[in-house]
Amino acid sequence: MAEALTLPVVPPLSRKDFVSDQEVRWCPGCGDYSILAQTQKVMPDFGFPKENIVFISGIGCSGRLPYYMNTYGFHSIHGRAPTLATGLKAARPDLMVWVITGDGDALSIGGNHVLHSMRRNVDIKLIMFNNRIYGLTKGQASPTSEMGKRTKSSPAGTIDQPVMPLSIALAAEATFVARSVDTHTEHLQATFESAGRHHGSAFVEVLQNCNIFNDGAWRAFTEREVRDDRMLFLAHGEPMIFGKDRDKGIRLRGLHPEVVTIGEDGVTVDDLLVHDEHAEDPYLAFMLSRLSYPEFPVPVGVFRSVDHPTHDKLMQAQIDEARAKSGEGDLEALLNDGETWVAS
Amino acid sequence: MTTETPARHEDQVQELERVTIRFAGDSGDGMQLTGTQFTRTAAVFGNDISTLPDYPAEIRAPAGSLPGVSGFQLSFSSSEIHTPGDQPDVLVAMNPAALKTNIMDLPAGGALIVNEDAFNQQNLKKAGYASNPLTDGSLKSYTVFSIPISALNARALDGLDMTSKQVDLTKNFFALGIMFWLYERSMDPTLRWIDEKFGAKPIVAEANRRALKAGYAFGETTEIFHTHYRVPSAHLPAGKYRNITGNEAAALGCVAASKLAKRDLFYGSYPITPASDILHQLSTYKNFGVRTFQAEDEIAAIGAAIGASYGGAMGLTASSGPGIALKLEAMGLAVMVELPLVIIDVQRAGPSTGMPTKTEQADLLQVMFGRNGDSPLPVVAPATPAECFDYAIEAWRIALKYMTPVVYLSDAFLASGSEPWRIPDVADLPSIGVENHTDRASFQPYARDPQTFARPWAVPGTPGLEHRIGGLEKADITGNVSYDPENHHRMQLLRREKVARIANDIPELQVAGPATGELLILGWGSTYGAIRSAVERLQAQGRSVAHAHLRHINPFPRNTEAVLRSYRQVLIPEVNLGQLLMLIRARYLIDAIGLDKVRGKPFRIAEIEQTALDLLDRK
Repeated sequence: MAEALTLPVVPPLSRKDFVSDQEVRWCPGCGDYSILAQTQKVMPDFGFPKENIVFISGIGCSGRLPYYMNTYGFHSIHGRAPTLATGLKAARPDLMVWVITGDGDALSIGGNHVLHSMRRNVDIKLIMFNNRIYGLTKGQASPTSEMGKRTKSSPAGTIDQPVMPLSIALAAEATFVARSVDTHTEHLQATFESAGRHHGSAFVEVLQNCNIFNDGAWRAFTEREVRDDRMLFLAHGEPMIFGKDRDKGIRLRGLHPEVVTIGEDGVTVDDLLVHDEHAEDPYLAFMLSRLSYPEFPVPVGVFRSVDHPTHDKLMQAQIDEARAKSGEGDLEALLNDGETWVAS
Repeated sequence: MTTETPARHEDQVQELERVTIRFAGDSGDGMQLTGTQFTRTAAVFGNDISTLPDYPAEIRAPAGSLPGVSGFQLSFSSSEIHTPGDQPDVLVAMNPAALKTNIMDLPAGGALIVNEDAFNQQNLKKAGYASNPLTDGSLKSYTVFSIPISALNARALDGLDMTSKQVDLTKNFFALGIMFWLYERSMDPTLRWIDEKFGAKPIVAEANRRALKAGYAFGETTEIFHTHYRVPSAHLPAGKYRNITGNEAAALGCVAASKLAKRDLFYGSYPITPASDILHQLSTYKNFGVRTFQAEDEIAAIGAAIGASYGGAMGLTASSGPGIALKLEAMGLAVMVELPLVIIDVQRAGPSTGMPTKTEQADLLQVMFGRNGDSPLPVVAPATPAECFDYAIEAWRIALKYMTPVVYLSDAFLASGSEPWRIPDVADLPSIGVENHTDRASFQPYARDPQTFARPWAVPGTPGLEHRIGGLEKADITGNVSYDPENHHRMQLLRREKVARIANDIPELQVAGPATGELLILGWGSTYGAIRSAVERLQAQGRSVAHAHLRHINPFPRNTEAVLRSYRQVLIPEVNLGQLLMLIRARYLIDAIGLDKVRGKPFRIAEIEQTALDLLDRK
């Protein structure tokens, strides 16, 4: 009797499939809640079985996120999440690996690992919560804190120039670089979607509000009333237009970007920069990564998305090549390799 | 097989049981290669061998200078030997600096072969000689063979299209040829090696061939050597052998463990002397599924290894003391998340950068206690280069069975020293490994096996077992984050008990010598050979002395205390300032006595023998 051929019925997953049984313990009002919610929301869209998804984090408020995801998760040590992710992805190319980190975790103690995981194009999606402060240790300056910021650890103001996270990611050869905002839920979801579909190292900076130690760090341009005028929503192939009335744009003058008004001084849409996230060279993306408020609108969206071979695939290719050339390793032969002699 | 080595006249041959040779020269003179070639040839002939490479940390210190001297000592014998020899019988000194830094180790009457061409004013001055020791009578207590090696070698290579500098680079093979003649060794293995190594460069190959043969012919035809020597082959246990260094054996052992456990090996590593050779070697085993990852730093190397283990592979990392110091936080993470991991520490002289190429055993306390919190993990320590293979498998056996990081302590002496290794049958290797947990109904991330206390290994990709682990304290059974004081106390005890129980699963401490008596010499790691040889000498003198050697340091074998209490005195020689001594005294309240030596060199047999005699004669 022929066996009936039935395919297993896999019901589509929904957000609640990705919610773990652990109580979420961030401060009430923290931007992390929204990031967690959008993360859980987009997870079903990738078509990965949830057992094949892993969240790895470092230390800091962001580090708790894996506990709240009903996937595999690993809360590692400060700054080192990209290293665990690199080893895991190398050993298990079949897994989808997300790294959850913060501005201190990724850019201070773990800066070296971010640099190297990006330049290797490890196939990880790194989400960096940037609140410009150390939250879990109660309010010290972080590497993204603005110069002169007064904190518990810098009562007279910091004397350290802050770093621009996306400039660093681009300099590190990240193949996907994007930015979004905790409260812009739809934009955040779309950004995570793009990152999740990218093959290679994805670096996503999420502008996140720490309402306890650095409340309103990004408010000047992220609030609903002002954001259209003070932010630039990047769209591939589209001219860089912003403003409530869609009348402002970014134009290149020599090597320098400038804000122009469409219709003034003969400026037309054709004069504006057109976004190209797939540009192989990083110049446009890098220029965008330098734009900051108030001189410029703050760009959000995908800055760069290019397709390069991933670390795990290159590693696997070398193994496949070695096996094709020499055959599967034979232990007996290996132990007996080289010059041998027999004692009787 | 044809041979290019001429047949011998049987006159003037003297048979010796054991010979120790030291090759010493400038770090650019190829002394390591010369020593390695002689070692291979003696090994293939069937001698027991033991070697001690001793080279400077600088790649090329100024030519002719004292810090630039590189040495390679090897002992070969027709009987079983345990050490590369206390003192050389023959010293080959390729320049004045090599003579100056090594002559004090040559006993009176020892043979000294020098390249007299190198004893010019400039080199003598660099070595700090006011007058030429070859002519001022200062070497009259030795048997000196002063040979114009550079000039003779240059003549042998005459006509080859090479610069004089290139020609000079081959003079070490001329010296090797002399030694081959002097000790009745075939040139064939080295000639084959030349073909393999320089096959694509015919002129270089020809130059090295000519240099080697010219040196050999020089020994045969000149009259300065009145006799030559024969060291018959040793009666090693029957089997097939190869020469192996500790680092080679460690790498092979890890590949074997991977095959035995049927899991892929992942090696995360950052270059560091003297551990880098493990990376070089493992990176050639890709067809065994070995994934090697040269990380951005030591922390990334172990982090990636932990990530790989989390995914179900066998995560391995190796380093030396300074690198281990950087890995300690991650080792604590591995203790907390209870994943299999092996950390190889090829110890070198510290603290800090210390003496990178010199041996020491001073990381024991670092790996035992160098982490925050009570953080127990098993520690194993092979005693000889060949044992480095067995203990790599043993480290993995423990790591997989008990779900724990394991430290494997090697050192620079074991790592680069070599000896004959009886190649095991794969069928005789131990069966090791663990199954992934897949059953949903019984799954709790921190439920434990009632015997081993191992937690289940549930790897990503297993449906229904999604769970979270991390460095925060785990609730017993569920593995959820817990700050409950009672739970933390219980978990600390469980982690300690898990490691302690391994004592039931390792061999008892063996004693060589009487089961009770006056003195037990207790060692660990690379001191094995010197201690064993000293104990054999003392026993031959009728002394009541025994030797025990710890291969498992955490936990100790369960009979350790009983063994120690069976002797009136316990002596612990260590290449540190008393680290095992501290552990033994703290654990057993036994008033053991330490013998410390931290000179970047292994113990000599005589040093241990003398200390033991002093203790035995002390009333």
